[in-house]
Amino acid sequence: MELSGEYRIAASKAEVWAALNDAEVLERCIPGCEELDKSSDTEMSAKVALKIGPVKARFNGNVTLENLDPPNAYSIVGEGQGGVAGFAKGGADVQLAEDGDETILTYQANAQVGGKIAQLGSRLIKSTSAKLADKFFANFRDALEPQEEGAEG
Amino acid sequence: MTEGIGARVLRKEDKRFLMGKGRYTDDIVEPNQAYAAFVRSPYAHAEVKSIDASAAEGMDGVVAVLNGEQLTGDGIGNIICGWAVTQKDGSGMNMGAWSALATNKVRYVGDAVAVVIADSIEQARNAAEAVEVDYKILPAVAQSVDALASGAPEIHENAPGNVVFDWEIGELAPTDAALEGAAHITEMEITNNRLAPNPMEPRSAIATFNAAEDHYTLYTTSQNPHVARLVLSAFYQVAPEHKLRVIAPDVGGGFGSKIYIYPEEITCLWASMKTNRSVKWTSDRTEAFLTDAHGRDHVSTAKIGFDKDHKIVGLKVNTKANLGAYMSLFSSAVPTYLYATLLSGQYNISNIYCDVQAVYTNTVPVDAYRGAGRPEACYLLERIMETAARELGVSPAELRRKNFVTSFPHETPVIMTYDSGDFATNQEQAMTAADFDGFEARRAEAASRGKLRGIGFSNYIEACGIAPSAAVGSLGAGVGLWESAEVRVNPVGTIEVLTGSHSHGQGHETTFTQVVAERFGLPTENIQIVHGDTDKVQFGMGTYGSRSGAVGMSAIFKALDKVEAKAKKIAAHVLEASEDDIVIEGGEVKVAGTDKTMGWHEVGLAAYTGHNLPEGMEPGLKETSFYDPTNFTFPAGCYICEVEVDPDTGVTDIIQFVASDDFGTIINPMIVEGQVHGGIAQGIGQAMLENVVYDDDAQQLSASYMDYAMPRADDLPNYSVHHASTECPGNPLGMKGCGEAGAIGSPPAVINAITDAIGNNDLSMPATPSKVWAALQAASAKQAAE
Repeated sequence: MELSGEYRIAASKAEVWAALNDAEVLERCIPGCEELDKSSDTEMSAKVALKIGPVKARFNGNVTLENLDPPNAYSIVGEGQGGVAGFAKGGADVQLAEDGDETILTYQANAQVGGKIAQLGSRLIKSTSAKLADKFFANFRDALEPQEEGAEG
Repeated sequence: MTEGIGARVLRKEDKRFLMGKGRYTDDIVEPNQAYAAFVRSPYAHAEVKSIDASAAEGMDGVVAVLNGEQLTGDGIGNIICGWAVTQKDGSGMNMGAWSALATNKVRYVGDAVAVVIADSIEQARNAAEAVEVDYKILPAVAQSVDALASGAPEIHENAPGNVVFDWEIGELAPTDAALEGAAHITEMEITNNRLAPNPMEPRSAIATFNAAEDHYTLYTTSQNPHVARLVLSAFYQVAPEHKLRVIAPDVGGGFGSKIYIYPEEITCLWASMKTNRSVKWTSDRTEAFLTDAHGRDHVSTAKIGFDKDHKIVGLKVNTKANLGAYMSLFSSAVPTYLYATLLSGQYNISNIYCDVQAVYTNTVPVDAYRGAGRPEACYLLERIMETAARELGVSPAELRRKNFVTSFPHETPVIMTYDSGDFATNQEQAMTAADFDGFEARRAEAASRGKLRGIGFSNYIEACGIAPSAAVGSLGAGVGLWESAEVRVNPVGTIEVLTGSHSHGQGHETTFTQVVAERFGLPTENIQIVHGDTDKVQFGMGTYGSRSGAVGMSAIFKALDKVEAKAKKIAAHVLEASEDDIVIEGGEVKVAGTDKTMGWHEVGLAAYTGHNLPEGMEPGLKETSFYDPTNFTFPAGCYICEVEVDPDTGVTDIIQFVASDDFGTIINPMIVEGQVHGGIAQGIGQAMLENVVYDDDAQQLSASYMDYAMPRADDLPNYSVHHASTECPGNPLGMKGCGEAGAIGSPPAVINAITDAIGNNDLSMPATPSKVWAALQAASAKQAAE
């Protein structure tokens, strides 16, 4: 399954790049992320709770950053085990481009699932993944952009 | 006689079912029972590098965590296929090892690697989740055609190229020559979609080891408890036969899927011995999709030739049969002797050749499912006949009629000998009931409403009543396919019939009773059918292949002959008459032409008191028969389906479905109609709704009722069911069998009707609205281009 998207972020390319490599920022932005520990500059372990259709599971996984081209692009690759719920693995190629004061982030992602999630939730995977990706990048943008005072959430 | 043969007797068993008093395997509670939860692979193909059960073992309520190394270490044998098929080159089939718990490798999603035994089901399931299995993932393959491609992952070491066997039947050269000389050839690629059986009651087992007596008891959802005991003893070495009692109590449907002995039953028995606890397991619905043997999954090419008079000159078929990851009990027989032997259909065809490649894939094992091979043959033949009729520009009814077999016995080129039938009468009766002549007017009327109306035929024949033991033995079967019965007349004249057939929805407690009632003129309430317990019933081969009537009831009939003969001897002695003058009717035993009579119960009492028996006669009135059939039986019929397709959405409505069947003698028309209704519902399910879907990684994507579409009442029409019977000469009651016909005959009728409506023969099952719509668009595009 393939997904792609584009986001305009009101921050400089350098700031966006730094955030993309900041485990704390990622932890806050990944939907359902309960823990994200950095073991090296390119390796992290994560705990993520997800609900896909009828299947609710906590995934323990590893996240690796590859093809690093600072501050322009990287690939983020992950694999998670959800116990009896099955497994998920996937990756995304992320590119950054400067546009004045802002940065345009584009990504192409793919995901595979197996076990109970595939058996019970396969119809919902694409829509759920798209929703999760949207949520992640929306969170990410919010984390970088200064919040307007008094703005309603 | 209102309760004898031919009467619409209400089902005796329904009283307990309707009162909620059925007793199924999961209802059995043993003292101190524990529960099993299986640790199953989420990967379709992987090496098992290690299993760490330490966390699970420490959890609350956990009795034991057991794995495949321990199982094989205790000498539990591999699961086997019980029918040896010989390949084209004379070699045996390439059967890969199947351990009840996988040891070094898993081969499909759901393959069990370990089992947790715990005090409660929740504890067992939670602990199963805590068992850490380290897998090395291997590439996987789900489709037979992909598994045969070069470079495909190898699933079993001893099956190179994933070929289980390459088998043939019929004569190749004469068939090629006949097709060469044909005036018209029709060729098709035909796929028979993979189905999940879905009995209402999921599989279940509860095993108890009694250490004091070295004895095992297994309650299980089986269609054939004696076969289960035989296989568990002889091949899996779980326990010797005389130390193992298998009971299949009320069983809620099987459709073939409960014939086999699965890893879970073996594991429960073994785990009971290991833990000294009763061990219970009941499948949940998703587990059923992952582990119950699937059905069908054939990919075929077919070529049929006609001479200038539209007589068939030859048929050539190649079939790739997906057997899944392991060979299930009868998996080899389904795409060979139960399939290719029926490719002659109702037609006189001099030359037939079929070869079959059976293939391993990383999917659930495939075995017999309602019809087992015959639906695949019928679908292939009846679709290509209908397509040929369209190509030749003749009526599909006429093309079939022209080629019907009309004299019997008829030997086909694919080793069957049809013993009886009247195909033309069944077709005529179906056409009359369907008002075939008025169809074009109905099509025009539908067109005026913007709907596309179509009509489709299916003239099926199938082989039931399996089967003469010597014949199946010569073809590789590991067992004989006779059936046994014991008829016990009690001293008060009531009768118990112990049968080796097993009822799991068929209504044996009613129909078998009717046969006994007919014989002696007794009320059915005086007769009890006993089945499903190896400690009660002498032996039996069980229920599948529509054999319980033709074989099971024949055994009862033969035992009744012996009882009747002895009863007459006793009565003749008591009444001081000649044995030949004794008649039994209406519950009375009489001397013909006199007023001398005694009650049936008095004969029973005389037999058991032994006070006044003929010289040398043993007391008692109880007789056994082991009946071995002389041939298959050949139910046949004509089904006509009429549909309307909405061209904007591709949604298909079945407007009318007519069935005319020849089942031979019918014991209870109500039960037979129920079988036909249910069979057609399953066939319509296959044709329009049901499909097991695997993705490219061999993950099963349709393992719940949200994704696997079962037919519902509003998907199905009111059936118009008729009979035109010819008596089967092969068994004493003249029965042919009705359990599978509906599922065999209906799918091609539905697809032939839809393809007629949309004007495109290129449509595969299940014909979902999106597929029908796409086929309709393709047909319109082709028409526009021409």
